[in-house]
Amino acid sequence: MTTVQDLPQVKGVKNIPMEELYSSGHRTCQGCESALVMRLMIKAAGPRTIVLGSTGCMYVANTTYYSTPWVVPWMHTQLGSSGSAATGTAAGLSSMMRKGKMQQEPINVIAFCGDGGGMDMGLSAISGALQHDEYNLLILCYDNESYANTDIQASGGTPWGANTTFSPPGKETRIMNTRWKKNMAPMLAVGHPNVRYVATACGSYGLDFNNKIRRALTIGGPTFIHSIDPCPKGWDYDPKYSHELGMLAIEVGLWVQYEITDGELMLNGPSRAIAKGIRKRKPVEDYLMRQGRFAHFTPEDIKHFQDKVDESWEKWWLPGVIPISAGQEE
Amino acid sequence: MATVQTKLFQEATEELISGSEAVGIACALADVDVITAYPIRPYDTVMQYVARLKADGAFDCDFIVAESEHSQFEIVKHASAVGARTFSGSSGVGWFYAFEAITVTAGLRMPVVAMVGNRALDDPGAFGVEHNDAMAVRDLGWHLYWVATAQEALDTALLAWKVAEDPRVLLPFALSCDGSFLTHSQAIVQVPSQEQVKRFLPDYQRGTLQLHPDNPITIAPQVNEDWLMEIRRQTDEAMRRTSGVILEAYDEFKEEFGRGDPSPFIEEYMCEDAEIILVGMGTLAMPTRVAVRRMREAGKKVGFLRVKFFRPFATEEIQNALGGAKAVAVIDRDYSYGSPSYGGVLFHELRSALYPLSERPLMLNFIAGLGGREVMVRDINEMVETSQKAIDTGNIEQTTTWVAVRE
Repeated sequence: MTTVQDLPQVKGVKNIPMEELYSSGHRTCQGCESALVMRLMIKAAGPRTIVLGSTGCMYVANTTYYSTPWVVPWMHTQLGSSGSAATGTAAGLSSMMRKGKMQQEPINVIAFCGDGGGMDMGLSAISGALQHDEYNLLILCYDNESYANTDIQASGGTPWGANTTFSPPGKETRIMNTRWKKNMAPMLAVGHPNVRYVATACGSYGLDFNNKIRRALTIGGPTFIHSIDPCPKGWDYDPKYSHELGMLAIEVGLWVQYEITDGELMLNGPSRAIAKGIRKRKPVEDYLMRQGRFAHFTPEDIKHFQDKVDESWEKWWLPGVIPISAGQEE
Repeated sequence: MATVQTKLFQEATEELISGSEAVGIACALADVDVITAYPIRPYDTVMQYVARLKADGAFDCDFIVAESEHSQFEIVKHASAVGARTFSGSSGVGWFYAFEAITVTAGLRMPVVAMVGNRALDDPGAFGVEHNDAMAVRDLGWHLYWVATAQEALDTALLAWKVAEDPRVLLPFALSCDGSFLTHSQAIVQVPSQEQVKRFLPDYQRGTLQLHPDNPITIAPQVNEDWLMEIRRQTDEAMRRTSGVILEAYDEFKEEFGRGDPSPFIEEYMCEDAEIILVGMGTLAMPTRVAVRRMREAGKKVGFLRVKFFRPFATEEIQNALGGAKAVAVIDRDYSYGSPSYGGVLFHELRSALYPLSERPLMLNFIAGLGGREVMVRDINEMVETSQKAIDTGNIEQTTTWVAVRE
């Protein structure tokens, strides 16, 4: 395994690096939380980083020929290829450095994918990447809960009942998206016991985001971070509320913030306070009713949603994380 | 796979090996950096051999067992972008599973070298050779070469990295090896020494196109209608340039290793003064040569032209080789349903290539050997008889004939 860079944890938001490595030159929407995620990600990683971007908003909206926001080397990869792109890049660097064909140096390799590319199409390749302990790489799934680049179609990350162009509420059927959101980070953590770091994150908490990226890049081996990114266009709200919605997702207990380091789970931020009973979960309705994509919900729909969230906190083995409970012996 | 013996190939030797093993040895000699494997018959014999070479310490590479063919090809594509020499491969529907990655590899101008162990496409399942798998990349910017012997497999693999990685070219290279007949059949192969290969094959230098923090470029941004046509045109130019690079590299090859044909693109067998010339690709060269030799002994003016490079297609050389014949009988180990004359892919390419000639030979197409069915000497004899009949009557009764097929 090649060595890793010295990227210390940052204390205090003022100590986050000033240097912008994701700068002007993109054309993401106003209030795009995923663009912020890109900016925070590369700020934390620093200039000696290669970024691979699979198809999605953060490809199409960010990189239009003759302009690029990326100060670091950046390369497009296919929709389902974040895992294989990271593996290939890390393997190429590692092989050439070992054989003396390239100067020895720890270079960060980060591949990002959206929820469609990561949680649906790219799941197999991400799983493959997470099995290669010998490569240092990070896969970041920026989850705006739909195929937002192609017109807001439902993905495996879209919440139950949300209005998307593939799940529009109609005269006959109100709830077209009957799938519950995939529980991505735990699925990867549980399924790949050798992976040393899996975390969830949210751009509303910049310092936490910065430090999670740094932990992922310095712990060694393949790592995974899943971030929840409010999307004004796909979720249908005023762009100025992006940050607030990210916080709300956590405060209602729908999104849970945590790190799994060497198999040890640590909840953090509001999620930790909720789990410890210091803080009460806000009603899910407060979150849902702020977004046009849930405007068609009836009180029963909201109750169904609330019941599911309650269940995850009250019945799951690891509340909010692992959807398994101990079976009752006869 | 039979007992595998590996060793360091520091001295030039003679080995009894299969086509797959020959390509595996080429990987070691070329000091490939990243190799990706996924199992599918028959190509994967090369990966089994490479795995053994790596396990025995015969050479150092990152050998990655991917979780799908798609990842196999994406991994080498990205390794190539940072400057690593790469090798991958597949067969049949496995090659098709990787197709998204395969097409972007050419679009991105990554000089990946891949072995296609030609196999019939599912369904229904068949392990044997058909050329439709590799043929599918013919329009995408890949070099596409059909090998006939284990020796040629080793030699062409070395040529492949040299040509593909040339800064004037930077296009991937598919080395097509007929399933079983080549991948699994052993023959005596002259294995060059590491030293010779080092002299022949320079390091892969991506220069200003290398993805590295010292060269922070953005690769493959969205271009849309503004620029896509110009970029396609650049790839077209590279494909035009590669013919010259291949000639140059082949001359160097012959000088260094002391073997090779007069042309890197085609092989002519008894074509001079031939009235009927058979054309085909891959291992069917063997029965065809035997049939041609016997017919020549019987006084019949027959020849055989083997197309080695399908892409780039050596139009002028092929025109010169076939222009004087009265009839050309094209053997396709592939099919193109609903195509002109309901024939094979090679046939249509050849008919198109010969169209500009003022005097064109009669053109007949024979679909043969699909799914690994053996092409027999008597099948070749029949093709020649049918072609002779067309010459005698001045009339082609049936352009496309399926050979040795139950009707």
